[in-house]
Amino acid sequence: MSSTPVIKAENLTIRFTTDEGLITAVENVNFEISAGEVLGLVGESGSGKSVTAKSLMLLNADNTVYDPDSKIWLYDGEHQIDVLALKKKNEHRQIRGGLISMIFQEPMASFAPAITVGNQMVEQLMLHTDLNKKQAANLSIEMLERVGIADAPQRFKQYAFEFSGGMRQRAMIAMALSTKPRLLIADEPTTALDVTIQAQVLELMQDLVKEFNMAILFITHDLGVIAQTADRVAVMYLGKLLETGPVRNVIRHPAHPYTQGLLRALPKLDDLDAELSPVPGDIPSPLERPNGCVFHTRCESAIAGRCDQILPVFTQIEPAHEAACLLLEDHPSANTGHATDEAPDGATL
Amino acid sequence: MNKPLITTNSLSVHYPLRGKLFGPKPVVKAIDAIDVSIEKGSFFGLVGESGSGKTTLGRALLKAAPVTSGTATYNDGEVEYDLVNMDGDELKEFRKRAQLIFQDPYAALSPRMTVRDIIAEPLEVMGLTRTRDETDERVREIAAKCRLNLEHLRRYPHAFSGGQRQRISIARALVSNPNFIVADESVAALDVSIQADVLNLLRSLSTELSLTFLFISHDLSVVAHTCDHVAVMYLGRLVETAPTRQLFDSPRHPYTRALLSSIPSLDPDDRGNAQKLSGEIPSPTNPPPGCKFHTRCPHAQQRCREEEPTLSATGSDATHASSPGTHRVACHFWKEL
Repeated sequence: MSSTPVIKAENLTIRFTTDEGLITAVENVNFEISAGEVLGLVGESGSGKSVTAKSLMLLNADNTVYDPDSKIWLYDGEHQIDVLALKKKNEHRQIRGGLISMIFQEPMASFAPAITVGNQMVEQLMLHTDLNKKQAANLSIEMLERVGIADAPQRFKQYAFEFSGGMRQRAMIAMALSTKPRLLIADEPTTALDVTIQAQVLELMQDLVKEFNMAILFITHDLGVIAQTADRVAVMYLGKLLETGPVRNVIRHPAHPYTQGLLRALPKLDDLDAELSPVPGDIPSPLERPNGCVFHTRCESAIAGRCDQILPVFTQIEPAHEAACLLLEDHPSANTGHATDEAPDGATL
Repeated sequence: MNKPLITTNSLSVHYPLRGKLFGPKPVVKAIDAIDVSIEKGSFFGLVGESGSGKTTLGRALLKAAPVTSGTATYNDGEVEYDLVNMDGDELKEFRKRAQLIFQDPYAALSPRMTVRDIIAEPLEVMGLTRTRDETDERVREIAAKCRLNLEHLRRYPHAFSGGQRQRISIARALVSNPNFIVADESVAALDVSIQADVLNLLRSLSTELSLTFLFISHDLSVVAHTCDHVAVMYLGRLVETAPTRQLFDSPRHPYTRALLSSIPSLDPDDRGNAQKLSGEIPSPTNPPPGCKFHTRCPHAQQRCREEEPTLSATGSDATHASSPGTHRVACHFWKEL
């Protein structure tokens, strides 16, 4: 993938000013997504995944502080846009819903209840494209059909409450894709849906990615969903990325103790006898961020005196697969649980 | 084989809807003609999608939902209660023996009470302890069993994380020494790393205190790992029930199969193999005739549209059809599938 990435976050650090002081929600996060690629962002509640996603569209609240060397680059096909430097309302509008679209978790809350679904779709198309009202309506109906909604012309005139949960999420996807965004952010898009409906929606999203060739940031806490949709994975904990890599490598040979713990804690259907082993302890409050490695308070292999003081840097384990852990810095291939000959020369960066 | 603690016989909960002035009133059949028996000491899982009636069944068994018809009994060897017709005194006694753990640990605990008061409240309301010291002792005992830090008992719920709060809810449910616990989506709101911890705690408590659990969940992999026996519900009906291993090894009902294959696999190379169900669960106000599942079933035939299948045993031991351990399925054509 030599082309310019659609979105690139550099040293992204996001803090919130609150009554209790400055809270760090995201710290020094780097990632990029190319066209046609799905990056899965996994993490538990409070890990900062939604804050990261919202920052790409400048949707965070007014008390948000971005560190001066934080950069978000959005490539619109011709220019690199410095997203965090945009100050004017109409520049924001160009990004929100135009270059970047977002699908939220709760489809009922994402539609205005008193405006028909059709009118909402037409409104955003007229805002972001040169289509007239008639063309926008036709395109919207076409998109509704494309996402598998039966009787689309009829549904176009209905309100969100007349749709079922799965249908609302389909309509949301149709709406998000109708402006042909460069980047689609899907924030837990199937969490509120039943499994049988989730399977339908995930399949639909995969088909559409291929067809529209856009970049997708897929946020979820469900590693199964990630395994089924993403090309690359980034694991986040307390605002830091701990491990990134191709989905197969990360799920089959997780390198970071946190990723390993998450996978062990997950109930698996193919081995019902396996003990569920929880990650010990609880997620620390954002007000009490641990020093050193953010995970050391819950890590079983933490080394006293080192992990609680030294901030680990990313170590390359395989090509494109990196994790931030001191154990890996000390022994580049010790903790990956697979043959060392796969590890490239000079794996320590 | 153990005796069943809970037995129901065509238990139904129908809620009336506002209808026309004359003529039959329309009803929502939240659960319809459920036959289920929960063995004493078992961890009984109840799965289904939203709107399948699993919560209503759990509540009906706690006498917290109005039963329209059918019977339900509770028998722990000491006392027997008819859960449909119970007078006030009996209900008070029954409440000590049956408790509920809720889904959302953030909503279930009063923010104005200390953890000690939250756990002690059932004891005081039910008059189970006489003195404050006795109460405190009982609270400390159960809190320790639920792996709560005893020094934290004086704090308020806001100081705790989701997993800790769920352990407080569990302690409150267990403080009156119940036999039967309904856990309604009790781990659904928790993160994966915490979820495993709470599941392990529930399992070990059930053995230690010989509790019987009705574990309601939409997550099949969680149920597969914790329960001994599973019942699958769809639109207010039981479609399949079997010992866990049997259900996951050889699911018989097409709905159970579809549910199992819809779970996103952790294997990235296993993409797109899921047997996709088309459509969505129909509205319970207007359920389809015949087999409730026929509108989405890939194998539906004419008979399925007309005749509702009954839950019948799959094995040869049809004489024990009602014993808890059998694999039963409600499908006309399960043999051919």
